Amino acid sequence: MGMSFQPVFLWTDALLFLLLLACVLAALHVRNTEPLRDAWHKVGRRPTGMAAATVLCAFVLVGLLDSLHYRPRLPELPAAADASISAAAAHKGEAVYSSEVLSALDALLAPLRLQTEKTYSAPFAFTLYQRETVQAPGGGQERIYPRLVHGAAHLQDPAAERGGDVALRTLAALGLAAAAWAIAFLIAAWRVARSERLPWDEAVSALLRGRTVLAWRAALATLAVLLVIVSAWATLAPHYHVFGTDKVGQDVLYLALKSVRTALVIGTITTLVMMPFAVALGIAAGYLGGWVDDAVQYVYTVLNAIPGVLLIAAAVLMMQVVIDTHPQWFDTAAQRSDARLLALCFILGITSWTGLARLLRGETLKLRELEYVQAARAFGASTTAILRRHILPNVMHIVLIALVMDFSGLVLAEAVLSYVGIGVDPTTISFGTMINMARAELAREPMVWWSLAAAFVFMFALVLAANLFADVVRDAFDPRRS
Amino acid sequence: MFAYLVRRVLYAIPILIGVNLLTFVLFFVVNSPDDMARMQIGVKRATPEAIERWKVERGYDKPMFYNPAVSGSARVTDTIFFNKSLRMFAFDFGSADDGRDIAREIRERMGPSLAIALPTFLLSLYAAISMALLLVFFRATYLDFWGVVGCVAMMSISSLFYIIGGQWLVSKLWSLVPISGYATGLDATRFLVLPVAISVIAGIGSSVRWYRTIFLEEISKDYVRTARAKGLSELRVLFRHVLKNAMIPILTGVVVVIPLLFMGSLLVESFFAIPGLGSYTIDAINAQDFAVVRAMVFIGSVLYIVGLILTDLSYVLVDPRVRLE
Repeated sequence: MGMSFQPVFLWTDALLFLLLLACVLAALHVRNTEPLRDAWHKVGRRPTGMAAATVLCAFVLVGLLDSLHYRPRLPELPAAADASISAAAAHKGEAVYSSEVLSALDALLAPLRLQTEKTYSAPFAFTLYQRETVQAPGGGQERIYPRLVHGAAHLQDPAAERGGDVALRTLAALGLAAAAWAIAFLIAAWRVARSERLPWDEAVSALLRGRTVLAWRAALATLAVLLVIVSAWATLAPHYHVFGTDKVGQDVLYLALKSVRTALVIGTITTLVMMPFAVALGIAAGYLGGWVDDAVQYVYTVLNAIPGVLLIAAAVLMMQVVIDTHPQWFDTAAQRSDARLLALCFILGITSWTGLARLLRGETLKLRELEYVQAARAFGASTTAILRRHILPNVMHIVLIALVMDFSGLVLAEAVLSYVGIGVDPTTISFGTMINMARAELAREPMVWWSLAAAFVFMFALVLAANLFADVVRDAFDPRRS
Repeated sequence: MFAYLVRRVLYAIPILIGVNLLTFVLFFVVNSPDDMARMQIGVKRATPEAIERWKVERGYDKPMFYNPAVSGSARVTDTIFFNKSLRMFAFDFGSADDGRDIAREIRERMGPSLAIALPTFLLSLYAAISMALLLVFFRATYLDFWGVVGCVAMMSISSLFYIIGGQWLVSKLWSLVPISGYATGLDATRFLVLPVAISVIAGIGSSVRWYRTIFLEEISKDYVRTARAKGLSELRVLFRHVLKNAMIPILTGVVVVIPLLFMGSLLVESFFAIPGLGSYTIDAINAQDFAVVRAMVFIGSVLYIVGLILTDLSYVLVDPRVRLE
C-alpha cells in the first residue's frame, strides 16, 4: 500500500523553506547579540511596525501553506473499467498518483477550489451573470438567469433568505473571531507579564492602554481585523462566492489567495539569489580596489545602462525559447511553470543587484579606512578574515534594508511584467495574470469588477504592509536616521 | 571642460561594447537561430526547410563570427556578429519581422512618445517638488504626517490600477475624453490629457516622499540655522536656500532620465494605443520580434549614457564649486 499522496518538491518551495530556515537562524543569532536585539526592539516598539508585521505574517502563512506540494493518489479504478492500468498497479502494489500538483492550501480550500460555476457570477450572487436559454417546463424556450451550482445553493428562496443567512453566518464568524482573539490576547498578556515582570492585572491593563514595551496593542488590533475577515471567509466561502467567480467559473477568492505565494516568491527569492553576488562583488570592489574595483564597476555600469524592462524582456524571451525547446526537462506542468517562475526571479535578480552592490562598495570604502580595520590589517589578519569578521557584519544592515525595501517594488513589478507578457507563466496564478484577465472584463455590460477588486485589495494590503514595515526597519537600522 | 567631455564620450565606448556583447550572447549564444526559428514557426510545423527559410529571411543563415566561404574583408563582415551587432553602432538596425526599417520606425515613433513623456516629466517634477516643500514647511504637524501616509498608500497601488481605474472613471463613466487613440497636431491634446494626468498621479507618491527626504536632510544643516538666525522668513529659507542646495541630489536623480523620455512608457502607451516607442517595444515583445528588442536595448543604453554625461554637465550649471576636469 502506498501513501495517499506523494510529496512534490518544487525549486521555489525549497528556496522558500531555505529562506525560512535562514530567518529562524538569524532570529536565534539576534537573540544572543545585544546591538541587533536593540535594533529589532526599536522595530517592535513602533505600532506601525507591529501592525505591518502581523499582516505580513498572515500573508507568509498563506504562502508557506501553498508551498507544501503533493500529488494526490488517484482512486483505485474499478477492475473492469481499465483492467490494464489498475491490474498492473495492483500487481506491483503501487498507487497511481494524479499528474495534478496540489498544495496544502489547496487541500484546505478544497471547497473553494472545487466549487466552480459555469462562468462569471457576482459576489454573493445566486444566479449566473449572463442569461441563458433553457427549456421551459411547459415546452418552448425561456431566457433566464440560471441558478448557480454551488453559490447559495443551500437556500430554497435565495432572494428572500440570502440577507438573513449572510447576517447569521457573519454573526457566527464574529463569535469565532472573538474566541480566537481572546486566546491571542491571553498569550500576549502572559508574555507581557513574564517579560516585564508585572502581575496579571497590571499586564492586562498595560496591554489595553498600549503601555507595553513592544507595541502589542497594535499587533492585537490588527490581528482582530484579520481574524474577523478570515472567519467571515471560513463561514461564508463554502456557501457563497465571496469575491464572485471568473470567466471559467473559478472562485476569485481562491485565485487571490493562490496569488500570494507567487508574489512572495518573486519578492523574496529574487533578493535571496542576487544577494550573494551583490555582497561578494560589492565588498570585494570596495576593499580590494584596483582592477577588481574597475571590473566590478564596469559590469554594473553595463547592466545599469540597459533600461531594466528591456533587459528583463530580452532575458525572458530567451528563457522562454530554452524552456519551450526542452519539454523533456519537466515531468508536470507545475514543474515547468515553477522553472519559469524561478528563472524570472534570477533574471530580476541579475538586473537588480547593481544598486545594492554600489551601496556596499561605498560603505566598504569608508570602513576600510577605519582604525579597527587598519589595526586588524597591521596585526596581519588575512584579507578573508578581515572581510568576514570586520567588514561583512558592519554592512549587513544595508543588506537587510535592501531586502525589505526591494520586496514591495518586486511585487508591483511582477504585476506589470505579467501584463506585458514577460512575467510568470500564464498558467501560474498571480496578481499580474489576474489583472491581465480582468482588464477585458471591465468593458462588459454590466461590468465585471470583482476580479480586479480582489486583486487590488490583496495587493494593496500586501504592498502597503511591506512598505510600512520596510520604513520602520530602515529607521531602526540606518545609523543616519535617528 | 571640452577635454572632460571627450574623455567621458570615450569612456562610453567600452560600456556600449559591453551592452552589445551582452545582447549578442543573450540573443545568439544562449539560443541558436535554429531554436528561435523553431519557437516562432511552432514546434510542430518546423520542418528543416521552414527553419532555413526563416533564417534566410532574417539574415540568420550566416556563420557567427567568421565566414570562410567568401573572400577578403567579407569573411568578417558577412557574419551574424557583424551584421546584427556591430552595425548597431552606426544606428543601422536592419528591418523588423514585418519588413519595415527599424531605424525609420524609431524616428517616426519618437514624436508621440515625447508628446506624453515630456509633459508628464515636467508636471511630475513641478507637482512633486512643490508638494514636498509644502510638507517640509509643515513638518512635524498632522499635515506632514498624513501627507506621508498618503504617499505610502499611493506608492502601494500598482500603476496598472491607476491606468485601468482612470480610463474607466474618466473615459467610460464621465465620457470626458476618448478611451484611447492618437491624432497629430493640436487635436492630439484630447488624447494626451488623460494618460499624462494618470502618469503624474501614479508616480507622485514615491517622488514626493523622495524629495521630502532630500529637503529634510538639507534643513538640518548649519547654513539653514544661520539663515533663520539672520531673521529670514521660513518661506525664504526654503526657496532661496534649501531648494538651491538640494539641487545636486535632485539633479542626480532627474537629469539621467531626460534622454530616456524618448523611449516613452510601455504601459501608458499600450493602454492608450499611442503609436510611440513604448507600444512599439511591447508589440515587439509580444510578437517576439528579436531584432526590434535588440535595437531598443541598444538605443536605451546610448540614451542612458547621454543622461550620465548631461548629469555631470548640469552640476556645473547649479554649483559653482563643481569643476569638470
